[in-house]
Amino acid sequence: MTDVLDYPATEQANKPVKPGIVDCDIHPSSSSFEEFKPFLSKRWWDHLNTYGMFVRQGFKEMLAFPRMQAEVSRLDAWPPSGGPPGSDLDFMRQQHLDPNGVEVGVLIPLRLNSGSQRNIDFGQALVGAVNDWQLEKFCRPEKRLRASIQIAPEDTPGSVAEIERRADDPHFVQILLPPRNGDPIGRERFWPIYEAAVAAKRPIALHVGGVAGHPVSGGTGWPSFYLEEHHSQVQTMQSVIISMVVEGVFERFPALKMVVIEAGFAWLPALAWRLDAQFERMRSEVPHLKRKPSEYIRDHIWFTTQPIEEPDRPDDLTRAMEWVGYDRLMFSTDYPHWDFDDPAHAIQVKLSDENRRKIFSGNAKKLFNLGQA
Amino acid sequence: MDTVTQQRVKARAGIFGHPAIDCDVHPAVPSVKTLMPYFDEYWREQFIARGIDRLNFVMTSQPPNAPITSRPDWRLPAGAKPGSDPAILGKHVLDAFGSSYAICNTIHGSLALHSDDMAAVFARAINDWLAKEWLDRDPRLRASIVIPLENPEFAVEEIERRAGDKRFVSVLMLVMGEQPLGRRTHWPIYKAAEKYGLPIVVHAGSTYRHAPTSIGWPSYFLEDYVNQSGAFESQLLSLVAEGVFSKFPGIKFVFAESGFCWLPAFMWRANKTWRGVRMEVPWVKQYPAEIIRAHVRFTIQPIDAPPEPGDLERIVEQIGSDDVLMFSTDYPHWQFDGTDALPKALTGSLARKVLWDNALATYSRLEVNA
Amino acid sequence: MSWHVVAKVGEIEPGTSKVVTVRGRELGVFNVKGDYYALANKCPHEGASLCKGRIIGLAESDEPGHYRLTRQGELLRCPWHGWEFDIRTGQSWCDPVRTKVKAYHVKVETGEEVEKLGDKSKGPYIAETFSVSVKDNYILVDV
Repeated sequence: MTDVLDYPATEQANKPVKPGIVDCDIHPSSSSFEEFKPFLSKRWWDHLNTYGMFVRQGFKEMLAFPRMQAEVSRLDAWPPSGGPPGSDLDFMRQQHLDPNGVEVGVLIPLRLNSGSQRNIDFGQALVGAVNDWQLEKFCRPEKRLRASIQIAPEDTPGSVAEIERRADDPHFVQILLPPRNGDPIGRERFWPIYEAAVAAKRPIALHVGGVAGHPVSGGTGWPSFYLEEHHSQVQTMQSVIISMVVEGVFERFPALKMVVIEAGFAWLPALAWRLDAQFERMRSEVPHLKRKPSEYIRDHIWFTTQPIEEPDRPDDLTRAMEWVGYDRLMFSTDYPHWDFDDPAHAIQVKLSDENRRKIFSGNAKKLFNLGQA
Repeated sequence: MDTVTQQRVKARAGIFGHPAIDCDVHPAVPSVKTLMPYFDEYWREQFIARGIDRLNFVMTSQPPNAPITSRPDWRLPAGAKPGSDPAILGKHVLDAFGSSYAICNTIHGSLALHSDDMAAVFARAINDWLAKEWLDRDPRLRASIVIPLENPEFAVEEIERRAGDKRFVSVLMLVMGEQPLGRRTHWPIYKAAEKYGLPIVVHAGSTYRHAPTSIGWPSYFLEDYVNQSGAFESQLLSLVAEGVFSKFPGIKFVFAESGFCWLPAFMWRANKTWRGVRMEVPWVKQYPAEIIRAHVRFTIQPIDAPPEPGDLERIVEQIGSDDVLMFSTDYPHWQFDGTDALPKALTGSLARKVLWDNALATYSRLEVNA
Repeated sequence: MSWHVVAKVGEIEPGTSKVVTVRGRELGVFNVKGDYYALANKCPHEGASLCKGRIIGLAESDEPGHYRLTRQGELLRCPWHGWEFDIRTGQSWCDPVRTKVKAYHVKVETGEEVEKLGDKSKGPYIAETFSVSVKDNYILVDV
């Protein structure tokens, strides 16, 4: 980049984005816990009000690292109706779905930290409520929106039951679990979830977050700043991929598909090279693996694009995309969060028409079986 | 360079056509018994009475028989720990690669002790032992100062104690410990290191104060090992975010056995995040990538190289500086076979910098004519 | 380029901005401690409407752990990714050489002057959306 940027460099490059895009990461929100009341039994509604959130960190309801913008959100995403960003469907339509040509939007509910509750029965009640709430508040009134089957993986049988309960509803396109749990997500105690995912013909989707109780930057201990916490999500996703591959999940479930959401993707090639090299050295420890780690990765894992890396030389991003594969990248905005990627500007490299179609809609339609949604 | 120096350098030129400095080799302490002469009476009595002299202090992050821990042809006879014989190390590393110098990074299990007092006693004994049994024996050897990792006051005492011996050229820390390395609790160590011109070597390994990943304890050693590079990424960001390099502008960090192919993507993400949230850390006044290029160095083994031709050259280009990579064999770890330690992507003047100049610029106490 | 009347003096309070559309371009006109500046209302990064961002000071530091805010009201932080821009120049604080919001010249004229010159075949001052009064002063932007 040698020219002074006074307008977005990509204004022409990837615009207009038509006919429509699939946005693989939209965050719905609620104005208050009251919205979940219709979907909770009295027992758990009372529990929520009496004891509330109970997760492995110092703060009950706020995030361990306060963000740089309220509600992690774009400043312009606060609806005039008064609730937090993502809580007003009409405003979401006006600000995002309509102007950005969103043909299908996949909801990623993060409210309530349901997947990370220490009381697993409570967690189970919450995921059920969040799943119902997505349908009633967003998907039924707005045909462009699809839901995720949120699960609380610490409760494996409960997760399987929740997946089975939602499997026949086409509104649900994927199974959403936090990457950070008490144990690495590839460990065998979680495998019934993957078996259920394969049976339900849904990919598992890991969106950054979850409260594991472990330092967010792993073996190095707790960092000080949000700047570090934000980046630590990348290392977490690397650990997730290492775990899924090396523990043998993909070897055991050849039909399992996995989506990595909101971690970017340019770091993947180096991770795969390192995995392959060290696997070669230590393969006697993991005789259950029949193929090179990079082969499992290429066959089983999809990546959403946001927050997309921005190297100085656009060509470096192109090379990373080539390596990850144009058939494995799915566009996402992260609306209404602050690190939102705008469909017209975010991918600052030239894409062929075919690759643009794949990234902005084709890959997601195929993976989620959206047909002519 | 004057002619005499040029001739000397030429005479020393190693197998790569340039003289070389090996920035990461691993002497092993054969046993606690070896160290007994270096403890005082109180600790000798303690170690005998408690049977500590018979403990092996093998680290979980370095299983002795795992393939990576020693190359088959670098293993020693009769079950001796790989890397525990100075004469053989001299032959395997310095002679075989024609390296002029090698820097010893001694990773010993005592680093994981929970008693700061005992950890400090071990660090002191190991450094005394290194000086006597290794540095005195082979003039080509240099060493990193072993310190008790979790007690900066004791660590500084140990650094002060070694500062007069120029053969100690750096300070050794591990990539996974109790707190991220940027945090201010570690700053007395950096202050002392800056004062004496000692770079901080951050080496792969863990004292397992925490699970090695943010998602918990993996099942396999392979997972732990691969995850080390993620820990290096976290430490790199910690050093930048906490402002270590604005507080101590004279200090250099060496990441050893870290890999480096992950560095470009890390820089892109770190730069991007900084632009958005730099208000949180206003002392960080440059792009993280620029700060890293100015202050952090990486030893080249393991490369974990891309298989496609041209990709490694591209990564070196993306790093954006010829100054950051430094030659290493990671002896006796099995990262490559034969003498294939220097990737073909590093050629010409870049090769010379990686083999020699960058180490000289980093290890300011390393006097090549000494 | 021509001068366009975009606001009456006094209409934009110090520390605030007004979004105006001139020749099809959306601009933000800012009052920084009594001086007026105009910037394109579009972030050069991903196109966010900059005027929805916060007008802030510059976070500075002499050493780690020391924080201070200077130049209060002189910077604009993008409502999306938080990039900071100098309202006076449009320059990005992190990347002043390569990243800039387009900045426009601004001046203040009396109503008398604006009316006088506006009569001459509508130029050089264009005030389509304003009825200019000789009693007031006006902010003009060169677009």
